[in-house]
Amino acid sequence: MNSRTADRIATGVFIAIAIIITAILAGLFFYIFVNGFKYISFDFLTTPSSNVRAGGGIRDQLFNSFYILFITMLITVPIGVGGGIYMAEYAKPGKVTDFIRTCIEVLSSLPSIVIGMFGLLVFVNTTGWGYTILGGALALTVFNLPTIVRTTEDAIRAVPRDLKEASLALGITHWHTIKTVILPAAFPSILTGAILAAGRVFGEAAALLFTAGLSTPRLDYANWNPFSDQSPLNIFRPAETLAVHIWSVNTQGLIPDVEAVSSGSAAVLVISVLIFNLAARWIGSMIHKRITATK
Amino acid sequence: MEKLLSAQERLLKSKRSRLGGEFRGKFFVILCAVIMISAAIAITIFLGTKGLQSFTKNGVSILEFLTSTKWNPTDKANPAYGVLPFIFGSFAVTFLAALIAAPLGIGGAIFMTEIAPSWGRKVLQPIVELLVGIPSVVYGFIGLTVLVPFIRENVGGLGFSLLSGMIVLAIMILPTITTIATDAMSSLPNHLREGSYALGATRWQTIRKVLVPAALPSLLTAIILGMARAFGEALAVQMVIGNVRDLPNSILDASATLTTIITLNMGHTTYGSVENNTLWSMGLILLIMSFAFILLIRYLSSRRKLR
Repeated sequence: MNSRTADRIATGVFIAIAIIITAILAGLFFYIFVNGFKYISFDFLTTPSSNVRAGGGIRDQLFNSFYILFITMLITVPIGVGGGIYMAEYAKPGKVTDFIRTCIEVLSSLPSIVIGMFGLLVFVNTTGWGYTILGGALALTVFNLPTIVRTTEDAIRAVPRDLKEASLALGITHWHTIKTVILPAAFPSILTGAILAAGRVFGEAAALLFTAGLSTPRLDYANWNPFSDQSPLNIFRPAETLAVHIWSVNTQGLIPDVEAVSSGSAAVLVISVLIFNLAARWIGSMIHKRITATK
Repeated sequence: MEKLLSAQERLLKSKRSRLGGEFRGKFFVILCAVIMISAAIAITIFLGTKGLQSFTKNGVSILEFLTSTKWNPTDKANPAYGVLPFIFGSFAVTFLAALIAAPLGIGGAIFMTEIAPSWGRKVLQPIVELLVGIPSVVYGFIGLTVLVPFIRENVGGLGFSLLSGMIVLAIMILPTITTIATDAMSSLPNHLREGSYALGATRWQTIRKVLVPAALPSLLTAIILGMARAFGEALAVQMVIGNVRDLPNSILDASATLTTIITLNMGHTTYGSVENNTLWSMGLILLIMSFAFILLIRYLSSRRKLR
């Protein structure tokens, strides 16, 4: 076989691989949406789920997913951005910085089930809280923190040096420079990264199985007292999220319409993640345009 | 009164408040760094001590734990705590998944960087990003409703099998491998390509003899990161693999991995019991493996720097 034929064959193989990857995605999306859309209705989104009967919805699971995501981001973003600022601006090359980098690497490579076990050990058993939203959010914080730190660090490093030096030359202190010059310039990238991370957190289930639990108490959406047991806002109640719900109805559920509930939930989950991704791109480019005044 | 303060006093005051802010800011970011360090250390210590309890407190022999193929912790008279089948299952699905995903991922990367650098990347990049975005339970659910019946009817066996687990995992780690491999291929200096073409090599010869060897450490890193992800994945595998306690004889047999046994049993065993403690020991194995993957990646990246 001469080299030209070999080249043609190889090109054909690579094109085939690209087509396979595209086909996998197309197949997955087609399946998720075609099967899921017929079950999504206003009723499905607004009725509570049922443990034994058919026709349950996903109201509480959907709320729990967003609420846990919100609490997680509330904890993660300040710590992660702070850590990113430290790594980009304060950390000096040396043993300590290397060690912190190793720690971030360890945190980011931990399997989510291991993070879930850590959460079970510390936030559920040691604290004696039981399965709670807060425990779930803290476990997800461990899961999410490295992403935010890295995003922030990269975003800060991408800010042109001139900006920082000009500010320092004006006699402005280091922290004030970070606060008023560097962070605003890095903000679009940080925001984009945070929204993408939110999409990942939204679909996470393994870390929540043993921390936020597999059940939700009967919720009363008129009760806004965050300390009441029936209030959706109470952070010390168990909460099953949408992703966990898909897993639990498929593996331990007793309801007869497993297929319907999980197809619908999967579609809602994937649509939400898609919205997060699109929003991240859109907001990122919009802010970029506004700041750099390009069209 | 403000105006009556002398200029010097005003400057001093502002300097003082600035320095206060300076200190608070630095304190805050250092605190954040300390939180990250303590999280990593706390996880290691907590899971380490808890994972060793089954050996120190309950007297399970480490040797039996790692090498026996008998797993029967609920047997009152003669409980057996061998997790070898699950360790084997974990490694088997991980390697098999990498075996499928690595050629596809690296091939996709080469397609994006070498075959069709302009439009190929524009099409395939978003596709890969969308694949990353699909949550793992959704992969598991589709595996359970599509793949498992398909294998049961067309290939044989129960459908719940190593084969299903391996396919689901391969699709899950495909985007990881593709993304990193693409970065590796596109960061190769252009003179490598030009030099090779100038010698009259075809595109395939250039890819095979020049580009892939040059990018090899990064490509291996990509595969290992994918394998690390596959090794730790729990729910998607659990839904399709069947979860039996025996060693599988073929890839059509049902099997179990460390993660699936943990997910399955953690909820309904009593906290502090021997069975529960052995689950924590399995968690410790997962933790140690994730450290091992990090060391492997470090080793590869040090080789990359030497070049």
